[in-house]
Amino acid sequence: MPPRKSPTASLPLPAEELLELYRKMLTIRTFEETIYDIYRKGIMPGLAHLSDGQEATPVGVCAALRADDTITSTHRGHGHIIAKGGQVEPMIAEVMGKVTGYCRGKGGEMHIADVSLGILGANGIVGGGMGIATGSAFTAKREGKGRVSVAFFGDGAINQGIWYETANIAVLWKLPLIYVCENNQYTEFTNSQKLTSGEGLAARAKVMGMRALEVDGNDVLAVYQAAHELVEAARQGQGPATLVCNTYRYGGHHSGEPGTAYRPKEEIADWKARDPLPRFEKVLVENKVISPDEIEALHDQIHNRLQMAVSAGQAAPYPDVKEVREHVYA
Amino acid sequence: MSTRELTFAQAIREALDEEMARDERIFLLGEDVGAWGGVFRCTEGLFQKYGGERVIDTPLSEEGYVGLAVGAAMTGMHPVPEIMFGDFITLVMDQIVNQAAKMRYMTGGQVQVPITVRATMGGGRSSGAQHSQSWHAWMAHVPGLKVVVPSTPYDAKGLLKTALREPNPVVFFEDKVMYAKVKGPVPEGEYTIPFGQADVKREGKDVTLVALSRMIHPTLAAAEKLAAEGISAEVVDPRTLTPLDSETLVRSVAKTGGAVIVDEGYNHFGTTAELAATIAYGAFDYLDAPIERLGAMDVPVPFTPPLENATIPNEEAIIAAVHRVLDGRKR
Repeated sequence: MPPRKSPTASLPLPAEELLELYRKMLTIRTFEETIYDIYRKGIMPGLAHLSDGQEATPVGVCAALRADDTITSTHRGHGHIIAKGGQVEPMIAEVMGKVTGYCRGKGGEMHIADVSLGILGANGIVGGGMGIATGSAFTAKREGKGRVSVAFFGDGAINQGIWYETANIAVLWKLPLIYVCENNQYTEFTNSQKLTSGEGLAARAKVMGMRALEVDGNDVLAVYQAAHELVEAARQGQGPATLVCNTYRYGGHHSGEPGTAYRPKEEIADWKARDPLPRFEKVLVENKVISPDEIEALHDQIHNRLQMAVSAGQAAPYPDVKEVREHVYA
Repeated sequence: MSTRELTFAQAIREALDEEMARDERIFLLGEDVGAWGGVFRCTEGLFQKYGGERVIDTPLSEEGYVGLAVGAAMTGMHPVPEIMFGDFITLVMDQIVNQAAKMRYMTGGQVQVPITVRATMGGGRSSGAQHSQSWHAWMAHVPGLKVVVPSTPYDAKGLLKTALREPNPVVFFEDKVMYAKVKGPVPEGEYTIPFGQADVKREGKDVTLVALSRMIHPTLAAAEKLAAEGISAEVVDPRTLTPLDSETLVRSVAKTGGAVIVDEGYNHFGTTAELAATIAYGAFDYLDAPIERLGAMDVPVPFTPPLENATIPNEEAIIAAVHRVLDGRKR
C-alpha cells in the first residue's frame, strides 16, 4: 500500500501509524486463531491461553511506547508480544517447542520473551511480572533516559499481594511504571466481580496515591490516548499510574475448553458486537485510511504469513536433548 | 598483606563496601538497611557513604522489593536485597523460585539475573519459631540458584565478593549468631573465594566431620577434644551447597573411612541427607560405618532455652556421633 497522509485532525496518529495498529490487531487475531487450529490438530504440545477479543488493549498501549521501553506479560500474552514488536515466526516455533522459537522451545506458549525488544517475558504466575516490571522501572529511573516500564496483567492479578507491595513502592519512589489491567471479566472460570471487593482496581490505585484511568479496552484509540497520557507523565518523572482496560476474552481460559459453560450466551454476543477489529476498521474506512478491498488483502497477507510460519515451525527441529542442561546458569 | 581480626558482620560489611565502590550497578535494599545500618549492623555507614539511592530502606514488603530486585537484575543492575530473618524467605519464594531462578532458562538464555539475596539463618537466641530457622537446603533444592553458607569472617568476605561478581542469582546465608560473636583473621585488600571449593578446616585421618556455617565452630571444638582422646578428625566445610564440591568430601572420607555431617538445617530431606548421599555414593567402598547425620531436630524451633538448645547439634552430640562411627568400624 502506498504511504498516505494523515486523514483528519480528529484522529490521534498519522495514517501510517493507524494502519500499523490495525495490522498488529489483525495479526494478533489471526495468530490466536492459528494457535487454536494447531492445538486442535495436535501440532503443538500442551495448552494455549488465547487473547482473541482483547487485541485493542495491548496494541493501544504499546503504540504509546518507545522501542527501549519494557513490558512484562502474562500467561495470556501473545497479544502483548506482537504489539511490542514480536515476530510471529519465532513465536509460532516457540509454541510448537522448536529450537527456532524465541526461547529455543524452553519457554513455551506461556513464556515467550524477546528481551531485545524490551519484552521481559510472559509470566505463568498471575501477577508474576509485576515485580520484574517494577525493577525495570527502577533501572529506568536510575538511567534517567525517560524510559518507562509497563506491567500487563489481568483482572485476576488485582487480588494478588504483589500489586499492593509494588504499587506502594512505585508511588513512594516515583517509578516510571504503568500498571495495565486488561480486565477481560473472568478470572479463569469465575466472573471477577464475584472475586473483587469495592470499586475495582482504578479506585484502589487512587487510594494508593496513583493516577488511574479506566477506558473501553475494545477501542484501540481510546486505549492509546489514555496510555499515551500516562506514559508521557511517567517519562516526565511524575511516577506510576494505573490503566484499566475493559475487554473480553472470546475463548475459554485455555484452548481445552470453549468458555461457554460459565458465561451467558447473551454476554458473549454482547461483547462480540463490540469487537475491536470491525470497530477500528470502520474508523479507518470512514477516514479513508484504508479501503475495504485493502482490508481484505491485508487479511490474506497476514493469514498467509501465519500459515507459512506454521509450515516453517513444523519443518524446524526440536532442540537437541543435550540442550536440556544449558541456560540453567550464565 | 597485613591481616586484622574482624567480626563476621564486619567482614560482610567490608565485602559490600569494596564491591559497591568497584561496581556502580550494585545497590542494597531491605528493611532498615539504610540510615539505621541494618538490625545486625552489616550495612553500617554504607548509607552515609553511598547515599539513599544505593542503600535503600524499603517498606516491609519482602515480595515487592525482592521482585523489584529481580527486574532490576534483568535490566542491568546488581541488587542485593536483604532478608532480615531468613524465616521471611517464605514470603519471597515466588520471586526467588519462579522468577529469579528460572528466568534465564525459560528465555532460552536471553537474560542474566545477577541478584544476591542475603538472608540470615540460625537459632540459639530465644527468638522463637519464626525467627530462628535455617532454610538453606530449601534454596539448594532449586535449580538455577547458587547457595552460599560461610562459616568464618574470612570465608564470608571472599565468598560475598564472588557473589557480587556472579551473573546468577545467589542466596547468601549468614548465621546471625556469628555476626558479633565470631571473630577471625581477614587480610586487608583484595581477595575472592571461588564457589564450589570446600575448605579443609582441620586435617585428620580417623574420621571426617563435615560442617557448614556456624556449625563449623562446635565441630572444630569437638575435633580438638577428640584429639586429646587420640582421635584425629578431619573437618571439611563445603562453603557452598550449589555448586557443591563433592570431590573434596569424597576424597576426605575415602581417606578416613567414616563421616559425621553437622548442620543447623533440618535433618528430614535436608542438607545432611544430600551430603550423606553424595559421600555414600562416592566413597561407598571406603566406609567402615554408617554415616552419622546431625541436623536440627525436626520440630519448630522452641523459645525456651533448654528446649531450643536440645534441637541444635552441639559439641557433645558431635563427639558422641564420632564415637558411634568409630565403634561401628570396630564391630
